[in-house]
Order: sequence, then structure tokens, then C-alpha cells
Amino acid sequence: MISIRDLSVAYQGNLGETLALDKINIDIATGDIYTFIGPSGCGKSTLLYVLSGIISDYNGNVTVNGRSVDPRTQRIGLILQNYGLLPWKTVYQNTMLGQRIKHDRSGLDDYSRYILNELGIEDLLQRYPRELSGGQQQRVAIARAFIMKPDLLLMDEPFSALDAITREEMQALFLDIWQQHSVTTIFITHSVDEALYLGRKIVVLSDAPGRILEVVDNPCFQLDNLRFRDEYYAMSVRLRNILNKG
Amino acid sequence: MITVQPNKKWQGALYSAAVVLLVWWLLAWLVQLPIIPSPVAVFNNIIEVFMSRMEIHVWYSLVRISAGILISLLIGVPLGFLMGYFDRIDRMLSPLVYFTYPVPKLALLPVVMLIFGLGETSKLIMIVLIIIFQIIISARDAVKGIPQEIYRSLQSLGATRIQMLREIIIPASASEVLTATRLALGTAISILFFTETFGTEYGMGYFIMDSWMRVNYLDMYAGIVVLSFMGFCLFTIIDLIESRISYWR
Ligand SMILES: Nc1ncnc2c1ncn2[C@@H]1O[C@H](COP(=O)(O)OP(=O)(O)OP(=O)(O)O)[C@@H](O)[C@H]1O
Ligand SMILES: [Mg+2]
Repeated sequence: MISIRDLSVAYQGNLGETLALDKINIDIATGDIYTFIGPSGCGKSTLLYVLSGIISDYNGNVTVNGRSVDPRTQRIGLILQNYGLLPWKTVYQNTMLGQRIKHDRSGLDDYSRYILNELGIEDLLQRYPRELSGGQQQRVAIARAFIMKPDLLLMDEPFSALDAITREEMQALFLDIWQQHSVTTIFITHSVDEALYLGRKIVVLSDAPGRILEVVDNPCFQLDNLRFRDEYYAMSVRLRNILNKG
Repeated sequence: MITVQPNKKWQGALYSAAVVLLVWWLLAWLVQLPIIPSPVAVFNNIIEVFMSRMEIHVWYSLVRISAGILISLLIGVPLGFLMGYFDRIDRMLSPLVYFTYPVPKLALLPVVMLIFGLGETSKLIMIVLIIIFQIIISARDAVKGIPQEIYRSLQSLGATRIQMLREIIIPASASEVLTATRLALGTAISILFFTETFGTEYGMGYFIMDSWMRVNYLDMYAGIVVLSFMGFCLFTIIDLIESRISYWR
């Protein structure tokens, strides 16, 4: 379980302090999947930096299974908003970075081959990031996070650079993988539709500095033909209302 | 990105060599003095004396300069990395580096010779003293120039410092460091020449000065041409390594 208590994060800029997150409180059960939605600049990426150990200078308490965040002992699959690929590594080396840092010697096994195939990057393995389109780079970042079989999956708008069709394929693929491994997931998005499709619970954040406006149970989660149902429509209206009021 | 085709590079080198030779030849033809022999005579002379008298000097110089560069890299790069990565070390060492950087190191030659004698050690120390600062500073700046975002993936994977070094710092800064090395090479060769005019009977510096003393201008020019060519080869090697490791740019 992830437990966040009174989490506040401030950035030290040259114009003084910017408060990015303001007293966040939430519990996320192991194996659950939460989508976070909120306006730009409200601190969504910042929250992921805290949970992945990139930012360790914060106020409040953050624990994962009762222990403080430590990326050395936890397997954290982080998909960064800017993909976080290393430009001097090929696509293959980038997707295997998790294995390499964690000293797994599995290499290109069936599972990773399956992921690369499903993400449609199996033909790009020898390329360098600069030779890829934005959407391809994004899929490499997704592959890297999936292939390392994380205990905690943190996704920062992972499908933002994809076209509508590919995005929906990737969302379905992601749900599929999530069901097989039921890894605890925090999924950040700008899109109400994506929040409804992928989140068992939806956390709505306020304008900067980010506060939690509401944690919504999502009745639409894993409904068939979701996008054609009344529940879907009702929920999107509700979310939009919360977002507008915040 | 615009990359110079390897072919074009070679064409450029050939073209410049041709221009230099032409000007040289014209000068020789205009002046008609033994102090400026024609390039043809000089190249004939190289063929004649290289195996018999010059080769050993080339080796001495080559070893000295390679060792100088290698030692500078081995000391300068780790130092620069430490300064670039840890602000505290940088704050401690930077004033030292900035203070000593502009000191004309050649002026220290007498002191170095007094302490370390006339032998190889002094020569190496002079070369290292002169090029190591450029290498330290470029390694430091290269590391400082790595954006914080680049580290995030590895941080979230719980990478150790050594892993950061191997996966990020070295690949991200290698090409800057090599560029600095290549630039330092020119200076290193002048220093090499200078130090080889003292306390040794081997090396291209000695060969050139000795020929000059003996008023053997053909040998002297042969030495200059060979030394220049040696510099060109080293330059090209570093250039090749650099383009090999920055394929990803
Ligand atoms: N390095 C930094 N220094 C100062 N302020 C920062 C820094 N990084 C982020 N901020 C500020 O912190 C706030 C939260 O940033 P964050 O990147 O977490 O937002 P976000 O919710 O992910 O936005 P987006 O949806 O646009 O990605 C923003 O107001 C931003 O301006
Ligand atoms: Mg963000």
C-alpha cells in the first residue's frame, strides 16, 4: 500500500519558492489503479518524482508498504512525461535499462518480445532515440517500464504523443498487462476520457499548488463498450464539474 | 544535423596539403636560398633518412606525447568529473584551477627541470601541466551541462553512483573531453618540441634543432614535415574516435 500523508513539495527557483503540492493525503491499495487528473502545472509530475525517489526533499510522510520510498529496494517502473530515454543508447538498450540497473540477466525473453511486439517497436531496436518520432520514443519508454515488471508503475501522461487509434490500442494493452500482473499503478492524465477508462479510482487535483479536490469511485472501470454508455457520459460530466469548480 | 562526409573530410585534407605544398614550392622557387629548399628535395630527403636516422626520433616523440596525453586524461578526467558532479569539490578546486590555468607553464620549465632533472620526467610533467587544465575544465563543464532530467530514469531505478557514471556521465561527456584533447594536442606538440631541445639526444625536437645547428636544412625541413605529419595523424585518430563515440548525436 502507498500511503501519502500531508505531502507538500516546494521548488526552490531563482524567483523564490514555488509550492507545487499542498498537503496531499491519500492511500492507494496494493494492486489498485488510480488515475490522477488535474490542470497543467498542478504538481502531477512532482507527485511521481516523490514516489519514485527523484525528489526526496519534501514535507510530510510517504510510505510504500510501510517503508519510505527507496528505488534501490523497490522496483519502480516510471514513465516520464518527456520519456527519459538516454540518447546514447539504442532503443534495445533503452528498453533493457531497468534490467541492466537491477542486474537481471533475462535479456530478450518471451515476455519482453511480446511487449516490444505489442507496442510496435520491434523493428526499431537498433535505432537511436533521435531517429524516432515522439510517439515511438514514448512507446520505448512504455516498453522499458513494462519489461522490468515493476511492483509500482508510475505513468506520467504516457500516451500523450500517440494518435487516437494507437492511444486506444495502447490503453487496451495496458489494461491487459495490468490485469495479468495487477501491479499498483498511478496513472497521470490530462484527459477525462482516459481517466475514466483506466482508473478504478480517479483523483482530481486542483489548480497549482495541487490539492486533492475529490477522490471519485469510477463505476465505469472495466465496463464493456464504455464509451457508448450513459454511465460514461454521466461520469465525464461529473469530473468536468469538479475540475471546473476547482 | 549536418555531418561532414568522411570522403569530403579527406578531400579537404588533401586540398589543404596541396595548397601548403604549392605555396612552399613557389617560395622556394622565388627565394632560391638553401634556407628554403624545395618540397621535392625535402620529400626525397625524408625517404632517404627516415629509416636510417629519423625513425628512432619519431618513436621517442610519439611515446612522449602519447604518454603525456594519456596521463593528462587519466588524472584530468576523473578530477573534472568529480568537480562537475559534486558542487562542494568544485567550489574547493575551481579557484585553484582558475588561478593556475593562466600561469604560463613554459616559464616553469626551469623550475621543473631543477626539481625533476633533465630527463623524461620533466618532459612529461611539462606536457601534462600544459594540457591537463583544458581537460579538467572541459570534463567538468561537460558534466555540469548534463540536464538534471537525464538522471531521472536512473534515479527512479535506484542506480548507484558507479552506474550513473557508466550509463550517463561518461557517454554524455566523452565527446567534449575528446574535443578538448584534440585542441590541446597542438599546444602539446609545441611543448614537446621545446622540451626536446634540452637534455636529450632523441626526439623530433632534438632532430630538428640538431640539423639546424649543423646547417643541414634538408634534414631540418624533413624533421618539420614529419613532426607536422605526426601531429596530423594524432589529430585524425582522436577525431576518428570522437566520431565513433558520438554516433548517437
Ligand atoms: N525545477 C522547478 N523549479 C521551480 N518550479 C518548478 C520546477 N519544476 C516544476 N515547477 C513548478 O511546480 C509546479 C508543478 O509542476 P509539475 O511539473 O509537477 O506540474 P504537472 O502537473 O506535471 O504539469 P503538466 O500537466 O503540465 O505536466 C508548476 O507550477 C511548475 O511551474
Ligand atoms: Mg507533468
